[in-house]
Amino acid sequence: MSSTSNTTTISTVGPPSRRNTELAMLVFAVIIPVFAYANAGLALSDEMPSGMLSYGIGLGLLAGVGHLVVRKFAPYADPLLLPIATLLNGLGLVLIWRLDQSRRLAQRAASIDQVYAAAAPKQLMYSAMGVALFVGVLILLKDHRILQRYTYISMAAALVLLVMPMFFPAKFGARIWVTVGSFSIQPAEFAKIVIAVFFAGYLMVKRDALALASRRFMGLYLPRGRDLGPILVVWGMSILILVFETDLGTSLLFFGMFVVMLYVATERTSWIVFGLLMSAAGAVGVATFEPHVQERVNAWLDPFAAFEKGTTDQIAQALMAFGSGGVFGTGLGQGSSDLIGFAANSDFILATVGEELGLAGTMAFLLLYGLIVERGVRTALAARDPFGKLLAIGMSAAFAIQVFVVAGGVMGLIPLTGMTMPFLAYGGSSVLANWALVAILIKISDTARRPAPAPAPSTDAEMTQVVRP
Amino acid sequence: MNKPLRRIAIFCGLLVLALLVRDNWIQYVQADELKNNKHNHRVLMARYSQKRGNIIVDGQPITGSVATNGTDFKYKRTYKNGKMWAPVTGYASQAYDANQIEKLEDPFLTGNDDRLFFNRTIDMITGKKQRGGDVITTLNGKAQKAAYEGLGNKKGAVAALDPRTGKILALASTPSYDPSTIAGADDAKEWKALQPKDNKDDPMLNRALRQTYPPGSTFKVVTAAAALENGKYTDINAPTKSPLPWRLPLSTKNLDNEGNIPCENATLRQALRYSCNTVFGKLGDDLGKDKMREQAEKFGFGKEFLTPVRANASVYPEDMDRPSNAMSAIGQYDTRATPIQMAMVAAAIANDGKLMKPYMIDSLRAPNLSTIEQNKPEEMSQAVSPENARKLQDMMKTVVDEGTGTKAQIPNVEVGGKTGTAQHGVANSKNPYAWFISYAKGEDGSPVAVAVVIEGSDTIRNDIAGGRLAAPIAKDVMKAVLDSEK
Repeated sequence: MSSTSNTTTISTVGPPSRRNTELAMLVFAVIIPVFAYANAGLALSDEMPSGMLSYGIGLGLLAGVGHLVVRKFAPYADPLLLPIATLLNGLGLVLIWRLDQSRRLAQRAASIDQVYAAAAPKQLMYSAMGVALFVGVLILLKDHRILQRYTYISMAAALVLLVMPMFFPAKFGARIWVTVGSFSIQPAEFAKIVIAVFFAGYLMVKRDALALASRRFMGLYLPRGRDLGPILVVWGMSILILVFETDLGTSLLFFGMFVVMLYVATERTSWIVFGLLMSAAGAVGVATFEPHVQERVNAWLDPFAAFEKGTTDQIAQALMAFGSGGVFGTGLGQGSSDLIGFAANSDFILATVGEELGLAGTMAFLLLYGLIVERGVRTALAARDPFGKLLAIGMSAAFAIQVFVVAGGVMGLIPLTGMTMPFLAYGGSSVLANWALVAILIKISDTARRPAPAPAPSTDAEMTQVVRP
Repeated sequence: MNKPLRRIAIFCGLLVLALLVRDNWIQYVQADELKNNKHNHRVLMARYSQKRGNIIVDGQPITGSVATNGTDFKYKRTYKNGKMWAPVTGYASQAYDANQIEKLEDPFLTGNDDRLFFNRTIDMITGKKQRGGDVITTLNGKAQKAAYEGLGNKKGAVAALDPRTGKILALASTPSYDPSTIAGADDAKEWKALQPKDNKDDPMLNRALRQTYPPGSTFKVVTAAAALENGKYTDINAPTKSPLPWRLPLSTKNLDNEGNIPCENATLRQALRYSCNTVFGKLGDDLGKDKMREQAEKFGFGKEFLTPVRANASVYPEDMDRPSNAMSAIGQYDTRATPIQMAMVAAAIANDGKLMKPYMIDSLRAPNLSTIEQNKPEEMSQAVSPENARKLQDMMKTVVDEGTGTKAQIPNVEVGGKTGTAQHGVANSKNPYAWFISYAKGEDGSPVAVAVVIEGSDTIRNDIAGGRLAAPIAKDVMKAVLDSEK
């Protein structure tokens, strides 16, 4: 019996649940940020930060609740996703708190008549809400395949989310916020998940048509004209976002995610070629007549020229922060990454990592992000249903592209776009959306690794089908 | 579906890899460049994060540091008698970088210099704050004071050297500025008021090293040196073949002397004593521009040099016709010299022809008082032969004893000098520059050579200007050096 069960993917015995591994990792994921907090506090004011105990307990509670819920509702889930998300979120809180202490940022805010409010307590609140959302998704979403039912509702929701910001005033040169009173959200962060659901549902149904009805030309399968429809629509949407919301990052994210999912669904390389050609055409086209995009490209090509001309000093300041950190960094609280000024604790938070934790710390962070993506891709590989596969790969790819776009922008690898480092950066929308994303991945991985229910015993089957080596 | 999934996994891996490579590029390969980038505010913050080392004259600091309460800077630079010492120290400002010694020796003054690595490590282990080292200068406080006070509220500059070693003893420039006023982070108003755009006096210009003036008659010493070196004349007491009046070559114009002075066929000694334009103009023409420039370059003309603060190049013009060369030979036309250059001319002659390279930093001293670097005198060139140098000394002594430079006489001390009054402006319309170069000599060689220039001496327009205005300052500076030698 046991010799046969090893040869099949779906076994009744099943792999270990790995919940204890997750718990052990979570202990580290809580202790490391607490030590980092103590370190930053000692460096900044020579004393242990006063909120240390409550912070430690708070983070521990969030992690503990998350863990218990996973244990109960997704016992076979991937053991690394929750600890990594907790670690990133916890370290993000420390970094944000550290930047809250900056006298320079306080003066800067005062000089432009802004109220300088500490961001860390708010971020802690957002983290609690994020974990609550995580718990909610795990409890309410019994099976990820339920989401398939909402394919077209998701499409409508995604459209609404993406179009909304156009009707609200632009902030800092980009229309990516929806502001109601003093409360503002970035709908694109949520749209990321909703649109992945739509793409997965849509492509699962249409994949055969898209894959098979094609002509071979110069080694590539060319899709039929009418099958090009969906990709043209998404491309058009991306361009519209870019033009009307001047949001390069979101536009890149959605188009990239769609191309990846299309490729996975159809197994046709031609889609990748089409995607690349179309995004290149779109980017060049928009860059030629959109001054905001042009400015960013110029700042990317020569950050120090932009610094001298006074158009923007952000990239140059970020690069100098990275360079000043060197290999081992200045140590938490001892750098001057607050010279970046604007968005130091959100879009540019990686520069603080770079300066204070050095090359070693930054690489560790990048690898943590890499690990989340890797666990996501692994989940997609292990998933047994095409919808789950597509959804998992779509969200993982979106996560990877987002990290690449933000980190690449801050490090001067690609033009800067206004997006936030998942979990690390200050911002409620980002924290909430990414906790939801991790919850769905955990749910899919649970379904993927869950052992199949034991087949009903059938005595005569046993009699006739015994195989002896 | 799993094959494309694996490819996407590789694609995501490549994205992360690209980020890792980029991170290594900016945090390892380019780290130093970015760290020390001129726009990197951290460099400035580090400069003022501890007490800065001092610049020392005669064993006493002429700089200091005071604690501040800003976000970026813990300390601020202060200066003692800043206006007097500004041409030596330069400034160190929290907003406007630094210059001169403050800039050149910045790593040492902040304590970041590699040579202080051992000290830093010890300090780190013993828990002390990083300290900066001191820069010991060659300057002479009394001579500097004499030079600065002598210039008073006139516009001008003084440079004094020790001819035997090349040590710079005095370096004054007026009008000057107090670097303390621009040391802070919020001194924009003071800074603006010092800029040439808003201040036509240009107080931040280091005239002694950077401003080139027409040297006027003081340049005749160089012409005399060229004549002796090239064997044109060997006896300074033999009459020269010098007609009066002398017409400029290829020209219908005569070269005039200042007043009715005995210049016809005058000896070299008398020609220098009376400052005969005709004699030296003709000498320059006889020698030709190449030989003239060759001699000037032996005295240091033609290239900038580092003291380590950069001194601008003095010029003997290259492309010119014969009449221009004759004018250049008496220090007019396009001949231009910095005060330090003319001090070097006097110094080379006083040191029997050997020109020593001028320098103003004697040594660098670590916070634990050990000497990290000791500068040694360096020979720049043999400007004239010792024999000819002595002849030139003889001639310059006559100028001071009974010529135009009598105001520089010091009792019981051998002093040689040369006055000059340089015309400038269109048709010589502007007030001339009054020059005086001189040296004093004792038993063991000459301890001091000086050059003084005063701009816009408005009352006197003839050649006595140099003797009347500049010579007394030179005398005071020489006397200050001689007194401190004792």
